[in-house]
Amino acid sequence: MEYLIGIQGPDFVLVAADNVAASSIIQMKHDYDKMFKLSEKILLLCVGEAGDTVQFAEYIQKNVQLYKMRNGYELSPAAAANFTRKNLADYLRSRTPYHVNLLLAGYDEADGPGLYYMDYLSALAKAPFAAHGYGAFLTLSILDRYYRPDLTREEAVDLLKKCLEELNKRFILNLPSFTVRLIDKDGIHDMEKLPVGPK
Amino acid sequence: MALQNVCDLHNPPLFPQWSAPLSRSFMPEDSTHLSGGGIHGEAFSTRLPGRGSLSPLEFYMPIAEYLTESPINFGQTSLSSAPTKLLEIDHLHPSLPSISLPPPTPFPVSPSVPLPFTLSHGTTTLGFAFQGGVIAAADTRSSCSGLVACPASPKVLPIHSHLVGTTSGTSADCALWKRILARELRLYQLRHRRRLSTGGAAKLLSHMLHPFKGTELCVAATLCGWDGDDEKHEQPITEKHANTPTNQMTASNSSGQSAASGASATCGPRVIYVCSDGLRLQGELFSVGSGSPYAYSILDSSVYWGMSVQEATEVAREAVYRATYRDAYSGNNVDLYHVTAKGWRRRERENLKEEYYREKERERRVIAY
Repeated sequence: MEYLIGIQGPDFVLVAADNVAASSIIQMKHDYDKMFKLSEKILLLCVGEAGDTVQFAEYIQKNVQLYKMRNGYELSPAAAANFTRKNLADYLRSRTPYHVNLLLAGYDEADGPGLYYMDYLSALAKAPFAAHGYGAFLTLSILDRYYRPDLTREEAVDLLKKCLEELNKRFILNLPSFTVRLIDKDGIHDMEKLPVGPK
Repeated sequence: MALQNVCDLHNPPLFPQWSAPLSRSFMPEDSTHLSGGGIHGEAFSTRLPGRGSLSPLEFYMPIAEYLTESPINFGQTSLSSAPTKLLEIDHLHPSLPSISLPPPTPFPVSPSVPLPFTLSHGTTTLGFAFQGGVIAAADTRSSCSGLVACPASPKVLPIHSHLVGTTSGTSADCALWKRILARELRLYQLRHRRRLSTGGAAKLLSHMLHPFKGTELCVAATLCGWDGDDEKHEQPITEKHANTPTNQMTASNSSGQSAASGASATCGPRVIYVCSDGLRLQGELFSVGSGSPYAYSILDSSVYWGMSVQEATEVAREAVYRATYRDAYSGNNVDLYHVTAKGWRRRERENLKEEYYREKERERRVIAY
């Protein structure tokens, strides 16, 4: 139903998420933003069960900000990813596990860009590209085929467009628009929403 | 007292601290002692009810174990304890008929805890914002599987002077949580000397409902309100709103976003959907309930930002009417509230039966010519 994708380049991370908030068969919102800003250079993309996504993501978001307030410096993307995974793991075997799938994308001054894939069983993997949702089945092989570690920003956006076109062509559900953001050493940049026209 | 003598009743000890010195040494069949303290001896028997034979006038209400638990745990499956509890009840009272319930709601239900009664979810409610404020409308039918439990139940409940909420889901849950929300908002207003915004109220309700996630609690509310302290801060009508229909799919997304940000600066109309499974969405148009698909199809084509109050009322009424026409679980009357900077106003409840007959009459006349 929902779709997240992230592509890491040599000095940036490009992420995109669909904009549909659905409740059974009805699209309740067409412009819903699934990205949560954890800090100036870290974004958390969160999909999954209806209330769990917002509750969990806001919890992580506020805790990352609290860390900054207490210690005076921000968590690195790797630390934020591990913190998120630890929280998921702690709740996993409780009475209220969070059913959320996440992508964490960030830029660290020392380590460079990073994209972390997490799922509801609290797995964590640092990956050059990743996707969540049914759309991942359709687009991961495109990413496998065309991805190179030295992509430029334009090439990464083209690769993303290829993936979204494939979704539009073969995915049974209509995902009309996607929020696209790019993270680099200067912070988080909004890119224009990608509407994928009918083919 | 006479009844006790005749039926040889053994009542459960009401005051256990009295029974101890009397009943130990007392012989029940000694009738000469029955007139005085004998009654007490008879009454405060050490025999507990529920074990062994029950005398005919003694009633033991089999309380389902889950009703004595905390409501937060109600409905959640605990893998080890739930099946054994049910077994205990059956073992104690094999003569009690086993309750077989009809298949419950479309929501996922934990199979080990039976519902006490069938919950009601059928409704059509809607709320949308436009330049003249917010319209909230709903039908008035409360259904309980196949029965219309109440044909005149109010589903749009005012929470405070500038906020109304439409309710969908379990009627009792909605009524309770609306009252709790109203209380909390009033406390906030008294403490901070300003009204909490609609977004704040929605977040508060969402966080209050979160502990009950996974239980049978079902509340899907659309909070429709007007934010803003001064009534003078009316929203100016911008041209781009009047021209573009609500078609967020096109490239007018960017203009839609900037226009929406202009309207939603700090004051203005707000519509926020809150659901008991945790979803919280802010938007301009929502419809909730079993009749919502039918209502959406009317609203999506007719609602636009620049419409007049008269038009908006018409469209809302029409949407609820069409939904009640098609959906079996919606019907009877339509309630309509209009929220502006000055507060909410209630339109008189209208019976949709009249509208149905008017339409039939129109059709008949059209066919006749």
